[in-house]
Amino acid sequence: MNIYGIRAIYHFEMARTFRTLWESIAAPILTTSLYFIVFGKAIGSRMGNIDDISYGAFIIPGLVMLNLLNESISNASFGIYMPKWAGTIYELLSAPVSWVEILIGYVGAAATKSVMLGLLILGTARIFVPYQIAHPLWMIAFLLLTAVTFSLFGFIIGLWADNFQKLQVVPMLIVTPLTFLGGAFYSITMLPPLWQKITLFNPMVYLISGFRWCFYGVADVHIGMSIGMTFGFLIICLTFVGWVFKTGYKIRN
Amino acid sequence: MPISAENSVPIIFVRDVNKTYAGGFQALKKINLEIKRGEIFALLGPNGAGKTTLISIICGIVKASSGTIIAGGHDIVRDYRAARASIGLVPQELYTDSFESVWATIKFSRGLFGKAPNATYLEKVLRDLSLWDKRDAKIMTLSGGMKRRVLIAKALAHEPTILFLDEPSAGVDVELRHDMWRMVRELREQGTTIILTTHYIEEAEDMADRIGVISQGELIVVEDKDVLMRKLGKKQLMLTLRQPMTSIPAELSVWPLALSDDGHTLVYSFDSQKEETGIAELLRTLGEHNIEFKDLRSSESSLEDIFVSLVHQPKEALE
Ligand SMILES: Nc1ncnc2c1ncn2[C@@H]1O[C@H](COP(=O)(O)OP(=O)(O)OP(=O)(O)O)[C@@H](O)[C@H]1O
Ligand SMILES: [Mg+2]
Repeated sequence: MNIYGIRAIYHFEMARTFRTLWESIAAPILTTSLYFIVFGKAIGSRMGNIDDISYGAFIIPGLVMLNLLNESISNASFGIYMPKWAGTIYELLSAPVSWVEILIGYVGAAATKSVMLGLLILGTARIFVPYQIAHPLWMIAFLLLTAVTFSLFGFIIGLWADNFQKLQVVPMLIVTPLTFLGGAFYSITMLPPLWQKITLFNPMVYLISGFRWCFYGVADVHIGMSIGMTFGFLIICLTFVGWVFKTGYKIRN
Repeated sequence: MPISAENSVPIIFVRDVNKTYAGGFQALKKINLEIKRGEIFALLGPNGAGKTTLISIICGIVKASSGTIIAGGHDIVRDYRAARASIGLVPQELYTDSFESVWATIKFSRGLFGKAPNATYLEKVLRDLSLWDKRDAKIMTLSGGMKRRVLIAKALAHEPTILFLDEPSAGVDVELRHDMWRMVRELREQGTTIILTTHYIEEAEDMADRIGVISQGELIVVEDKDVLMRKLGKKQLMLTLRQPMTSIPAELSVWPLALSDDGHTLVYSFDSQKEETGIAELLRTLGEHNIEFKDLRSSESSLEDIFVSLVHQPKEALE
């Protein structure tokens, strides 16, 4: 195992984050605060409780997930896309590092950053809503699992993308809409029966429901199902990345 | 370079390497090459010949379509870690991380290649390349020549025993070029094997122990520089005439002669390898025909002439 190599990649990526620390932090905090003011306070005050949870508190797990997914994907995809774009990837390709080590470096850094951000958003939320976390250890575990899985997914997008637009397309056109439709702001039990069935094809439902269970002990789908689905997605992503590196697809001519 | 038993085993073996790019273009055709331990090897060839492709394959950036390569005793595919750890590469293009500092980027390179941090060594590398004062500068604030040096520093950061320099002198001023070549010689003294490409042929003539010429994906010659120059070099004898000529007199037509300098100079080309150069006989013949000259000198063709003839008529040049 090339530990120094992993460390070098991880530090490089974290340094990139800290160079743009304010941009990285300010935007998500500002948007979440807006959500709390608009949904939590203004609209939420006219909404009844869902599953005995105030609407303001109900949306917290979904909001954190929304940010976590977007951050994980954008950090990791940008992280590997940049060297491809700038040409500096020659060094990575000529270095004695395996694809597992490259992944640990890039995905580890992207996940670290998005977990830090997720915690920051939870802290911000506390200013607006006094919420409790029923299963804090599960909550942290779920946060980590999701951050790693979606950083891996972002890494794949970064490998696949050959221009900046493609980098944006998946988060904007797929992840954000699916998160919104996945019950970030409502319980899927509020949908008509047919839509409840259709919604179960949306993977975000499992993430958000599972994460919400960590907070309030109630969920739309069983927690085991949520964890199983997330692991499943992680394994799909890992398999795909393994294949990409084995064949050199899109990285080695 | 003394050849002893221990360094007579080539450090790089390239066996039957072919490369066809995804578009179907065949960039390398059955390349066979051995690089000797501790030598400076110059790879020459016109634009698009396949030099960068060959280097990229050895370094692991491009996959060969077929063939095998052993570097430092390790198969570059099966045992890529050990093979790559011994190789440093300075790419042809100036690929840099604009926002990084010089120090951060060479520290990164050293770590990436699996070496424990060593600030003393990295400082020495930067000092040797006159980059120490710039260690905290962001790379994007550096000039092109300095960026080239940063790339050299990155390649040396992990103390490689094989160094590839893909056109290191492109965009580099004369002074830096001299510094760079001094450094390359020093590295060679310390036992580093150096493979370089250049379009400045004098440079290869000056620096290289051996020369390979690649043209349209084929390695057309690999030879000791001295042997190559002796074997393919043509000599010319130039006679400055007392009376200029408008054409070669008919009685001299059997000789390979040409006029230059508005008929003031008679040029005789001969093969320096032959026992009989024909010079004595030519001079006697000239005397018989009362052709007087006031000066005479001879010249050898440069590596550049050899290179041009190799690339244009490889078959003829090699015969
Ligand atoms: N990624 C690629 N896809 C397709 N063709 C390529 C690719 N890279 C290089 N080639 C082609 O392969 C041939 C060899 O290119 P290469 O870069 O190895 O040449 P070179 O000898 O280094 O030339 P130069 O002196 O200009 O640097 C060229 O015809 C080039 O167009
Ligand atoms: Mg080239």
